[in-house]
Amino acid sequence: MSIQIQAVNQSFHGQTILDNINLTIEPQKIYGLLGRNGAGKSTLLNIISNRIFATSGTVTLDEDSLVDNDHTLGRLYLMSEVNLYNERTKLTKLLDVTTRFYGDFDRDYATQLAAKFELDLNARFGKLSTGYRTIFKLIVALCVPADYIFLDEPVLGLDANHRELFYQELIETYSERPRTFVISTHLIEEIANLIEHVFVLDQHQITVNGSVPDILDRSYAITGPDADVRQYTTGLNIIGQDQLGGITAHYVYGALEDDRPIPDTVKIEHLDLQKLFVNLTNHQEVAHVN
Amino acid sequence: MQFNFNSTEPIYLQVAEQIEEAIFTQTFAEGEQVPSTTEISKEFHINPATVLKGMNILVDAQLIEKRRGVGMFVIAGAQARIVEKRRNQFYDDYVKNLVVEARKLHITKDELAKLIERGFSTQ
Repeated sequence: MSIQIQAVNQSFHGQTILDNINLTIEPQKIYGLLGRNGAGKSTLLNIISNRIFATSGTVTLDEDSLVDNDHTLGRLYLMSEVNLYNERTKLTKLLDVTTRFYGDFDRDYATQLAAKFELDLNARFGKLSTGYRTIFKLIVALCVPADYIFLDEPVLGLDANHRELFYQELIETYSERPRTFVISTHLIEEIANLIEHVFVLDQHQITVNGSVPDILDRSYAITGPDADVRQYTTGLNIIGQDQLGGITAHYVYGALEDDRPIPDTVKIEHLDLQKLFVNLTNHQEVAHVN
Repeated sequence: MQFNFNSTEPIYLQVAEQIEEAIFTQTFAEGEQVPSTTEISKEFHINPATVLKGMNILVDAQLIEKRRGVGMFVIAGAQARIVEKRRNQFYDDYVKNLVVEARKLHITKDELAKLIERGFSTQ
């Protein structure tokens, strides 16, 4: 029981978009897919949900191919930035169509959610603001009976109150009917404790793939006088640093040297997910050259 | 219950500590129900599995118990158990640091004893 992504490559006009992606997505878990703009997140989600074809590699669900397979397609749902709906169609009509396509679409819950978000279902899709377009697509995503729901930028254009409401409803519906959610977002702090497992896509490759507590447990900020910090972190996997006066902070991802004495002047703390992500995906030197 | 999360400690431990603190201060009195996993999850945007892991620490420590189909409740005697545990940790949690800090400030043992004396007389 899982989605297996094996050796997936994608290139377009000779440019690599995805480079040898290997992932397992298990049932009933909440995942975060993090990556900077242009890292390839949307392309990956589009390949998994069979909207585009990979240049090479396989995507399977319980060992059945997901490519052009009517049996598996209904078990997945991708909510993306792309607006696939006819602008002139009323939202109630769009829900009718979705209900016809997905037999067990939860129409009652959709109506409840629309009321909570104060979305008028008699409006036409084209008349909605950016935020309300997102809200409508979210409502559909939370009410389809699929086992794997992919949310690409689920809070795009949502104000703080609506984001709060979305996270609460996500947990509520997940608790009632556990299923997999893969959330791709730039608002890392808001989902840091919500996700169980994280994938970081950086420069077209998966660079982090693990449970959030395990990953944070291996992430350190080592702060103190410059010389002491440098001495302590020699040979460790330093992913970034900050400096303020004579105080230096080194960010380390990976194991520390257990038998190395920690100077009294040096403080060791754990990083949060956002700080870790920023340091892992900062390629300033490279960016300048390009 | 006032949750105040930081990034330096695993979230499930913080969930356990915050509920323990609420039992200690009798925000959740003995015999009373504590909020459900889903309620805590929803309020603080924490994965339900993480919240459950935190709750299970308190179940193992015999501070809360699961009543089938109803929820989690504070066990009678839970507060006394917390007091006992915290008394045992008092030396490590407070006294050690107090002495370290006093040494940094060149406060002598006698001066420190006088300060503690003063603390007791003004409280």
